[in-house]
Amino acid sequence: MNRTRFAARRLAQGLVALLLIVVVNFFLIRAAPGDPAAVMAGEAGAGDAKFVAQLRQQFGLDRPMIEQLGLYLGHVALLDLGQSYRQQRPVASLIAERIPATLLLTGSAFVLSLALGIALGAWSSSRVGTWGDSVVTTVALVFYATPLFWVALMAVLVFSIKLDWLPGFGMATVGESFSGLGAAVDVAKHLVLPAVTLALFYMAIYARMTRTAMLEVSRMDFIKTARAKGVPRRRIWRVHILRNALLPIITLAGIQAGQMVGGAILTETVFAWPGIGRLMFEALLQRDYNLLLGVFLFTAAMVVLFNFLTDVVYTIVDPRIELG
Amino acid sequence: MLRRDFIKIASATTGLIAAGQPWTAFAQGVTNGVLNVALNPEPPGLMIAIIQNGPTQLVAGNIYEGLLRYDAELNPMPGLATSWQVSEDALTYTFALKSGVTWHDGKPFSADDVVFSVDKMLREVHARLRSSLVAVDSITAPDANTVVFKLKYPFGPFLGLFEVGTMPIVPKHIYDGTDYRTNPANNTPIGTGPFKFKEWVKGSYIRLDKNEAYHEAGLPGIDGIYFHVIPDAASRAAAFESGKMDVMPGGSVEYFDISRLKALPKTDVTTKGWEFFGPHCWMWINNRTGPLADVRVRKAIMYALDREAMKNVAWYGFGKVATGPFSTTTKFHSDDVTPYPHDKAKAKALLAEAGYKGETLRLLPLPYGETWQRFAEMARQNLGDVGIKVELQSTDVAGWNEKLNAWDYDLAFTYLYQYGDPALGVQRNYTTANIQKGSPWNNVSGYSNPKVDELFERGAKEPNLTRRRAIYAEAQKILVDEVPVAWLIELEFPTIYRSNITNLVNSAIGLNDGFARAKVTKA
Repeated sequence: MNRTRFAARRLAQGLVALLLIVVVNFFLIRAAPGDPAAVMAGEAGAGDAKFVAQLRQQFGLDRPMIEQLGLYLGHVALLDLGQSYRQQRPVASLIAERIPATLLLTGSAFVLSLALGIALGAWSSSRVGTWGDSVVTTVALVFYATPLFWVALMAVLVFSIKLDWLPGFGMATVGESFSGLGAAVDVAKHLVLPAVTLALFYMAIYARMTRTAMLEVSRMDFIKTARAKGVPRRRIWRVHILRNALLPIITLAGIQAGQMVGGAILTETVFAWPGIGRLMFEALLQRDYNLLLGVFLFTAAMVVLFNFLTDVVYTIVDPRIELG
Repeated sequence: MLRRDFIKIASATTGLIAAGQPWTAFAQGVTNGVLNVALNPEPPGLMIAIIQNGPTQLVAGNIYEGLLRYDAELNPMPGLATSWQVSEDALTYTFALKSGVTWHDGKPFSADDVVFSVDKMLREVHARLRSSLVAVDSITAPDANTVVFKLKYPFGPFLGLFEVGTMPIVPKHIYDGTDYRTNPANNTPIGTGPFKFKEWVKGSYIRLDKNEAYHEAGLPGIDGIYFHVIPDAASRAAAFESGKMDVMPGGSVEYFDISRLKALPKTDVTTKGWEFFGPHCWMWINNRTGPLADVRVRKAIMYALDREAMKNVAWYGFGKVATGPFSTTTKFHSDDVTPYPHDKAKAKALLAEAGYKGETLRLLPLPYGETWQRFAEMARQNLGDVGIKVELQSTDVAGWNEKLNAWDYDLAFTYLYQYGDPALGVQRNYTTANIQKGSPWNNVSGYSNPKVDELFERGAKEPNLTRRRAIYAEAQKILVDEVPVAWLIELEFPTIYRSNITNLVNSAIGLNDGFARAKVTKA
């Protein structure tokens, strides 16, 4: 097999892509008006020009842009993402402390959306034209088209404020010292609303896509052949149709998985979930260049990684596809 | 646009839901004497000497203390200093410090800490205090419980510099000889205050615990505080409605949500606790070029703006129309100025007289959320009504800073704190010496009048209150006639809280003074 060569080539491509992403973003975020020193002085409600100049010097922002880029790349090559200007802490640890929360949220949403989406799509494709199919298609369309933050706010209104069933913000009950199972149940309760909200959107996409793909495959000649030679209906449906319809879904799932580590800015913001999406958004508003670049680089690396894994999964699902 | 509309709908829906509910959640009230307080945005750190943004002060005001506190009339009250004396010539200020005060790590607090904090650390890192300390010649500690400040010249506002946000006292044994900004101790702040730093789960909450060794007997009245970081305003309102928050500091929710939250059972609202800050809102007018260089156009703007309506609509009745550059919360406000009632005819006449040819003016709203956006839209409408063409320019906070720093604007919304004294919070915006690119908080409009410069200079160095008042009254009269900026509203930032919390706000800096004196009765 040429798998090793394939992996090496993809790795090289990935590194080039990451370098480009860093360089482009480096200039792009500096092109936005304002810099971290000005934002920090601004927040203090004071700060003479001398004070701001002092901060710029401390952050190295007074040096030529190319020199700043060179220094940054030099550090990144040594796997050092630098310090957050604003928080005066290493970027790597700021990102690391947000990963668990983000993965829990996006991972749960991923599993939930994929499982429900494929199940609903497959179910409705086997009942085309019935009222059940119409319900699934309509619901999927609604969740696909509804802005996420609105669904999120409505979920909080209904389930947290009105019914008081589930907590509406945060990741754990602050002030309660749960341990073991109690802590897990507590986090799970907090997870329900944000995870379901986030999952609904992707679920809608998976459901629609699965339904379409399965209908398409079911009209193909080899399905007729299978029917003609008496393969049981369920087996045709499961082995022949579903499996062949999975490819576009895997592509999408690969993209979604890559984005998972980037967090979900809207969902994390509305539910005050302490994830990477919020970290990134706040870094952007505060022009915390190092932190922002660090998050971009990290999430880009994950997208590259998941694209690679998606390619590998293709070959497992469809042996006709070859790596190379 | 879309997001705003949806939030509006969402808010309206919440209102409907609120109408007929039993609200069992509220019966619980505050439990265990622990307060849950909304916080936004998450502060970059809690080291109040280095970071002075709002959220940092709100949390750190519980950890650190200043030498003095101030009542709602801005009179000094004891803090870490029990008494103070001012010499005849107003050049020497002697403070007697409280004895028996300890830092949270158990080390004793002494006059050396004060000298180090003010003379070394704050002179270097405190963005705002630095400029006032120019007036201070020396700070000495003749004994462990006495600190003497010697001034170079009499400085009128000097006794107003000692609250915790302006002059926080920090531990010398932790900071002396270190790089202040990168000292790892910044992550575990040590103060003398009523609450100790316990933990900070980034992105979620900050926990402070009662300081059992606090130097005022019987305080603090509560066991601890959780500051919850909730980034979205609608979510913060929802958190209060669902009974999860006890205190919503000023600015936590949009103004259109306040009346709804206020109507909830067992909920109180106060606008007190901002007297020291006196948040004063105006529209910068770029006095340098174009039609705005003409005072008649600037006056026309004042007459065109329906500030009463802005207050009632955008701010839902909170605040008061500003008559000029001095807040009524300071001791130096004067009513003896030209009034500018809403008068479209007068505005149009002034514009015609000035020969305004319909040039488009760029207006920069303050990017602080929905209320500010509506405020700016009302201004555009008012100005449009008298024929002034206005184009709104949207930015984020960094962009807003940048444009004002570079004087790249025609009209721009802002609000600034007065810090209790015109020499601290007003002078910087109108004197020639403060025309410098690179800060949105100095004289951004470029207005310059030697007479005004002279009055502010004299006012700052005049120790006698009556004489200072007379000087500042004259400055106000001139400024209001020359309209360097368009004064809009003295803002109010209501604090919303559960009714079973008492004595929550007890000084001129409100919640920033810490929660030591607040008490919770079981609901």
